[in-house]
Amino acid sequence: MKNSEILTCFQCGTCTGSCPSGRYTSLNVRRIVKDSIKKDISDQPDLWMCTTCYNCQERCPRGIKVTDAILSLRAEAVKKGRIMPAHRAVCKFLIEMGHAVPIDDIHVTIREKIGLSEPETVRKYPKALKDVKTLLASTGFNELIQE
Amino acid sequence: MKDISLFLGCVIPNRYPGIEKATRLVLDRLGVKWSELKEASCCPAPGIFRSFDKVTWLVLASRNLVLGEEKNTDLLTICNGCFSSLLDANNILKNDSVLRNEVNAHLKKIDKEFRGTIEVRHIIEFLYKDIGTEKIDQLIEKPLELRVAVHYGCHLLKPTKDRKLGGAECPVFFDELVEATGAESVPYEGKTSCCGAGGGVRSAMLETSLKMTEYKLIRMKKAGIDCIVEACPFCHLQYDGGQAELEKAGKIFNIPVVHYSQLLGLAFGYTTEDVGLHLNAIRNPEFESKIAQIQKKGITIK
Repeated sequence: MKNSEILTCFQCGTCTGSCPSGRYTSLNVRRIVKDSIKKDISDQPDLWMCTTCYNCQERCPRGIKVTDAILSLRAEAVKKGRIMPAHRAVCKFLIEMGHAVPIDDIHVTIREKIGLSEPETVRKYPKALKDVKTLLASTGFNELIQE
Repeated sequence: MKDISLFLGCVIPNRYPGIEKATRLVLDRLGVKWSELKEASCCPAPGIFRSFDKVTWLVLASRNLVLGEEKNTDLLTICNGCFSSLLDANNILKNDSVLRNEVNAHLKKIDKEFRGTIEVRHIIEFLYKDIGTEKIDQLIEKPLELRVAVHYGCHLLKPTKDRKLGGAECPVFFDELVEATGAESVPYEGKTSCCGAGGGVRSAMLETSLKMTEYKLIRMKKAGIDCIVEACPFCHLQYDGGQAELEKAGKIFNIPVVHYSQLLGLAFGYTTEDVGLHLNAIRNPEFESKIAQIQKKGITIK
């Protein structure tokens, strides 16, 4: 973490004590903050156990943006190609269909049954989907998530 | 105040369309001027895409925001994830000219430009601030005598400095909206704790996410409730689909999960089928007959 704010951490552990994931997993936010000062920890799988609930950030007595820092560390991991297969699949859905959770045949039928037509989203409009694809290519997202 | 466009996102139209239908019904009943936001994509989901690449996240969110700007309407979200991505992106792009220029350079390739002329709303704060519990209370036809576990969901409230909806430790506005329907919001331990779905945890580590869900379900059940009421389809999916997943491990809760749009629909006299509750994975006949009993009662004259 390359910001000076993190140096104000006095290791009180409020972040870890507030973490719903840390209750069950090896995610230890206090240690992430401590270790991030002296080394690159973007390889740690624990970073991906955070639900981004923001409890740690809200309760930090020093006002350290802990959750935002975890997001930044994740971005560093992604740049190094450390992407979990399930997340890569979600990214591919976005690139191909403009939705992280695309519709399937079952839900097309369910919509019809309850009197709803096709969703008025990007899926229905080919030109709009092309725009989304243009943007994802433009930002380099396609290459970022390639295996 | 601008008219509003309904931003659907992914999970509602593509997994829980009953919430979409219920939202349409209640907005019409409330006399809200709304229209569809056509051509919108994924918000994009904050958990994965904001983690992966901030600029990509901003660019795709900005395209959705521009669709609203082109119609001169605010965007109404019915999902905490969509609210989080679109509200945060809107604020960042309005206030950071460097990022705005970077994003607009990408948008130029599809002949669009972010101008920062609209606001992003969430149906809960919209109903609370712009409609009000008093008006909702007056429109209720079937007061719902239900004991409810209210789940706000993390990104409706946090980060509090950006949401500006008060504190996150003991919020009350959503409970007040629930109680306007005649239901009782029952206190329970761990009320503001996460459902377990966010941050890409559900998609990549289902078992871990379900441990957090089970933590919540145990405490809700202990409080003696008829149903869970939430404000986010991803929380809805985690509680409803999550219970079905926990059942495979022999953990039975059988708690109906209801989005606030659906709860309000019931209180307006629509049936459980009208608001799509029959599409949930968890069906509780006791709950459904309780609702049917309430529906049978005549319109309450206030």
